[in-house]
Amino acid sequence: MVDRSGLLGLSWRQMRYESKSFWRTPIAAFFTIFFPLMFLLLFAALFGDELIEIPGRSPFSVAQFYAPALAAFAAGSATYTNIGVSTAFARDQGILKRFRGAPLPVPAYMIGKISSSVWIAFVASALMLTVGALFYDVSLAPERLPAALITFLLGAGCFAGLGLALGALAPTGEGSPAIANATYLPLAFASEVFIAVGDPPTWLKVIGDVFPLKHFVNAFQDAFNPLTDDLALRPFDWAVMAGWGLFGALIAWRFFAWQPRETGAAKPRRGRRQAAD
Amino acid sequence: MAAIEVRGLVKHYGAVRAVDGIDLTIEAGEVFALLGPNGAGKTTTVEILEGHRDRDAGEVTVLGFDPAEGDRDLRERIGIVLQSTSVIPELSVREILDLFGGMYPRPRQTDEVIEIVGLTDKADARIKTLSGGQVRRIDLALGIVGDPDLIFLDEPTTGFDPSARRNSWSLIHNLRFLGKTILLTTHYMDEAQNLADRVAVIAGGVIVAEGTPDTLGGRATGSVRVSFLRPADVSGIPGVFAVDPGRDGLVAVEIDNPTVALHDLTEWALGRGIELERLAVTRPSLEDVYLSITRDTGNG
Repeated sequence: MVDRSGLLGLSWRQMRYESKSFWRTPIAAFFTIFFPLMFLLLFAALFGDELIEIPGRSPFSVAQFYAPALAAFAAGSATYTNIGVSTAFARDQGILKRFRGAPLPVPAYMIGKISSSVWIAFVASALMLTVGALFYDVSLAPERLPAALITFLLGAGCFAGLGLALGALAPTGEGSPAIANATYLPLAFASEVFIAVGDPPTWLKVIGDVFPLKHFVNAFQDAFNPLTDDLALRPFDWAVMAGWGLFGALIAWRFFAWQPRETGAAKPRRGRRQAAD
Repeated sequence: MAAIEVRGLVKHYGAVRAVDGIDLTIEAGEVFALLGPNGAGKTTTVEILEGHRDRDAGEVTVLGFDPAEGDRDLRERIGIVLQSTSVIPELSVREILDLFGGMYPRPRQTDEVIEIVGLTDKADARIKTLSGGQVRRIDLALGIVGDPDLIFLDEPTTGFDPSARRNSWSLIHNLRFLGKTILLTTHYMDEAQNLADRVAVIAGGVIVAEGTPDTLGGRATGSVRVSFLRPADVSGIPGVFAVDPGRDGLVAVEIDNPTVALHDLTEWALGRGIELERLAVTRPSLEDVYLSITRDTGNG
């Protein structure tokens, strides 16, 4: 028995519990893992999978650009949407209250929540890139692996922080998926996830520049860019992501509630409980 | 030292004084039941003691700690059985007890807890496949998995069928036998009668009566109800019993001096050779007392 009630041991158990709950909720797993993958197949069908030849460069496919963009998109959704929605539901159902009444330190809960969704994000992104590598000639130069990993961790961490903020601010669990999608999907359009518009209108560009998703997407794409040879270090993008992640964590810290909202209609279903066994 | 010590507890929600100055002392090893109508302040009081809610005024000590501090040392020693809260539906019974047991320094064995609450044959079933009563037993299991010194039971048997209720009662008796302190809220009077060493009635945010289940509200010393089937011939019956029977033919009288009155009654009956059919002498039930107390405070 390792570190039964120390912070590390408790965080590890919380992470395993959060992951179990996720994989046992097929709808969440589907939207997180396979939904972004469908975009990859769709884009491949639209753009074709022929290799592009540029003098002085090895041939590359268009997927070399959109697979990493979709991997970043999937990682953001695996953290932001998952944490936001599952936290709001757990609060409504009184599961957070149950944790709060047990001797579980708050950091262990948070670490478990964040690390499990970063792990899920990793699975989603890795699957995307693996499918890209196997079928669409996507490749990553080994010397750029560190930059890709840093970008991934900062991006996933950033959206984990924002997911906690979403979970804290969402008025009800029922409403949280709508809020998550209504914020994340339009942002994805403004963030060059789906189409890199050559000359976007200023307002779209500003939105993309202000929020962290475009920085995540661009920095991650950069590690896969077949037209450059540097190490793909992107300190500015990394700083923007870190800043947004901290901002989200601060919002969550300020507004996080462990109790079901008093006025919320989404009370746990009492009927189930009243049936005698 | 008392397990729970409350002085002048106040909690407002806007203009509503949900708890309006409660004093309470619960000794270690005691089973204490808090009774009261819905909205009387029971759950608010208990949630303040559990650390789930802040208070507006008053002093509260639970096992020597102030629950508002949210101290982990306190939470390691209390067990909470929540009212109407769902359990994590994706986990199995064993998984959720392992998860929560692992948070306590000296948890009970998971298998033992599962057996105590009678879920052995469901140990590996996902919680979402269980019936409502079975889920409620997981609540109970989560309340005791940490082997706590003090257990809060918020309406532990609401929605149970009679046999499930009996099982829970015997579990609570066993916990008392182990020296645990138990604070119970309920609106079943038979539950309070069966389990509690002491009871208090809350209405309108204040404690309106406190005592043992047998003496609450003057139950032990107040009037007694004598009833019997009215004989055909009642000439000469002692005056106190010379009343019209109810529709069921029963004469029912509330009297303060049962010894004398019964002596007069039976002497009269013996003298005439009358058998008093369905003769009964009863004290008001805990429920009668409870209803009259809560009615008096205008909060029924």
